[in-house]
Amino acid sequence: MAIELKMPALSPTMEEGTLAKWLKSEGDAIEIGDIIAEIETDKATMEFEAVDEGTLGKILVEEGTEGVKVGTVIAMLAGEGEDASDLDAPEAAEVDDVPGEGKDVGQDASEAEITKPARKVDVKDPEVPHGTNMAKVTVREALRDAMAEEMRRDERVFVMGEEVAQYQGAYKVTQGLLDEFGPKRVIDTPITEYGFAGIGAGAAMGGLRPVVEFMTFNFAMQAIDHIINSAAKTNYMSGGQMRCPVVFRGPNGAASRVGAQHSQNYGPWYASVPGLIVIAPFDSSDAKGLLKAAIRCEDPVVFLENELVYGRTFELPELDDHVLPIGKARIMREGSDVTIVSYSIAVGLALEAAEELAGEGIDAEVIDLRTLRPLDKEAVLKSLAKTNRVVIAEEGWPTCSIASEITAICMEEGFDHLDAPVTRVCNEDVPLPYAANLEKMALIDSARIVEAAKKVCYRD
Amino acid sequence: MAKAPKSKAAAKAPKSPAEDTEFVLHSLQEELEKKQRFDASTDQMMHFYEQMLLIRRFEERAGQLYGLGLIGGFCHLYIGQEAVAIGLQSALDGDKDSVITGYRDHGHMLAYGIDPKVIMAELTGREAGISKGKGGSMHMFSTEHKFYGGHGIVGAQVALGGGLALAHQYNEDGGLCLAYFGDGAANQGQVYETFNMAALWKLPIVFVIENNQYAMGTAVSRSSAETEFYRRGTAFRIPGMKVNGMDVLEVRQAAEIAFKHVRDGKGPVLMECETYRYRGHSMSDPAKYRTREEVQDMKDHKDPIEGLKKVLLENGAKEEDLKAIDKDIRKVVSEAADFAENSPEPEASELYTDVLVEEY
Repeated sequence: MAIELKMPALSPTMEEGTLAKWLKSEGDAIEIGDIIAEIETDKATMEFEAVDEGTLGKILVEEGTEGVKVGTVIAMLAGEGEDASDLDAPEAAEVDDVPGEGKDVGQDASEAEITKPARKVDVKDPEVPHGTNMAKVTVREALRDAMAEEMRRDERVFVMGEEVAQYQGAYKVTQGLLDEFGPKRVIDTPITEYGFAGIGAGAAMGGLRPVVEFMTFNFAMQAIDHIINSAAKTNYMSGGQMRCPVVFRGPNGAASRVGAQHSQNYGPWYASVPGLIVIAPFDSSDAKGLLKAAIRCEDPVVFLENELVYGRTFELPELDDHVLPIGKARIMREGSDVTIVSYSIAVGLALEAAEELAGEGIDAEVIDLRTLRPLDKEAVLKSLAKTNRVVIAEEGWPTCSIASEITAICMEEGFDHLDAPVTRVCNEDVPLPYAANLEKMALIDSARIVEAAKKVCYRD
Repeated sequence: MAKAPKSKAAAKAPKSPAEDTEFVLHSLQEELEKKQRFDASTDQMMHFYEQMLLIRRFEERAGQLYGLGLIGGFCHLYIGQEAVAIGLQSALDGDKDSVITGYRDHGHMLAYGIDPKVIMAELTGREAGISKGKGGSMHMFSTEHKFYGGHGIVGAQVALGGGLALAHQYNEDGGLCLAYFGDGAANQGQVYETFNMAALWKLPIVFVIENNQYAMGTAVSRSSAETEFYRRGTAFRIPGMKVNGMDVLEVRQAAEIAFKHVRDGKGPVLMECETYRYRGHSMSDPAKYRTREEVQDMKDHKDPIEGLKKVLLENGAKEEDLKAIDKDIRKVVSEAADFAENSPEPEASELYTDVLVEEY
């Protein structure tokens, strides 16, 4: 059967090109792989190779012809036993297919069919039984205990990172783990973030449950490719075949007097990526309960801690298995006049501010988001409906922040409830300075939250 | 040579690579040079021939479908490099071993015997594709076969492969990871970060550099200070092998040697397979960085399929049997192309599926 040779596309966006040169003549024997012609666009030249064998019949488009549409029949190829000279041009062959869009055998995209991901509703923190002892535990110990409990529970869980084993953790979060679990499961890595983030993600793809510690998330910048491109996207790109249940954890945000390169909040960065879970707890109970949930989770998790909070002591219910739900905010303080939305270290500042506001007759509700992705917008909107005023307190830059996101949600979905503009209280929009006075000026504090709350209550 | 007596504890401790005074970069290479080609039976050779030809014809058809606008985006063809994937993957233990590669991944999947239809349908972005049409040419996986992709970021698969190897070691499952990358990826920093940890922890991994001579349009001599890529593990005490990647029997023989080394718990191997891609880097390659004569010379004198065909005929295989294989493969590829062209695109409801595994 005669074969039509059609004008090929060099790229999905190419619509037409120049047939620069014929390298074979009518009547030539064509073998697979032979270069028959050269095609040119403004960007490139392509060699047109034969994928079938036969004899070149009529050349239908002369060399040097410009503006040849993709899909146009440019020559005929005679198969075995056919007379090449006999072949006629096909009748005004119409180009039905739009290059780059495939054939018209697809599904029509209908809005109605697009199902947004289901969110679990009415999930609450498990009840703490009456009479449960409340231990006083630092966040550092809570995190360590979460890892130790999960390592006892599941052989697949292991910890890797810089100084996590013999040194007992750069910030002592992994203290004692090497003694209990040995070097197979508590692995000191070289200083090689990109490499071990990739090894961690690969081990998760291979069926393990790695907990990858970054000495700080500032250093994870060198590894962000694996967190986003390898861990977050592979499940989707594989149509759900590939799992990557890895936890990347470590301190995030400003520490104390360590300068700009060691002081950044990456919450908004990771929270913008579909395919990731992003958790940023404040107190010991949430640190433990959410880290345990993160380790059990089938999805890749970025778990953002805060160095300045590690040493703080909070109450933690002494339960056999303290696991909290991912994706649910927590009301830290109920109030009726203004909602202060926060996460991580800024929750402490928001609570301080709320105390001060109470002294001035303003009853503030404080919400700890706990999980930044998926964000519990229902909790924010519910509180907004009650207080009609929202302030977001975030230890981080204001531009494209979690605060920006909360603001957008309030505007889009809570507009009718708003009695005042949604207001962001963040760090100053500068690299964090070293000098003590400048650092203090650059960072969020409770006084600024108080000021903003009074402003939205029209009490300034 | 007299050695200092060691304490019992020191003798028990696993030797770090740095303590191995007997490390010789060339040890495995010398073994390969003693016997360069695998003793394949005629049946085995026929099978290699069939598999390589399937890749060749599949890729030619993929190039054609791309030219017709049925395949979008990037499409990197494996034509010319067939002997690498077939030589190596034919030596794997399919129940235990894992494979990972970069974006030029069609051939590695076909080497597993995965149905060409679901691969081609992925290229055309259809529901029946192996990634439900959501991955495309560069992002294909088959966890069933322990094939872990299909990665679009140059060099990322090397570190991920290190992780797969760590999982083999951790689970003590006896498996190894085969991690492919190109001469271009060989200049990425994370490759060396992974070499370091793989050697330090004696991970069961074979690093394979498919040196096809060009990183996109940049010849190796223009991009690499050390163009003998098999030497690049020296700094990490990883033994190197230089293999003719255009000869499937040599690749297979090298695989036997490398896999044994790794399975004996001796740590990683770095294998450089010298090969050549006949087509451009991707379909939109202007092909201005090399001459047509250079490409033609490779096709005429080094072609892996023609090379094996010659060996087969010398060993008494019949020309018509080989022709029959070719005919069958053309049919299989045509069916795959028809399937890929006529399968429906994914349903709109697939847009939001597979973002996360769990519900929150």
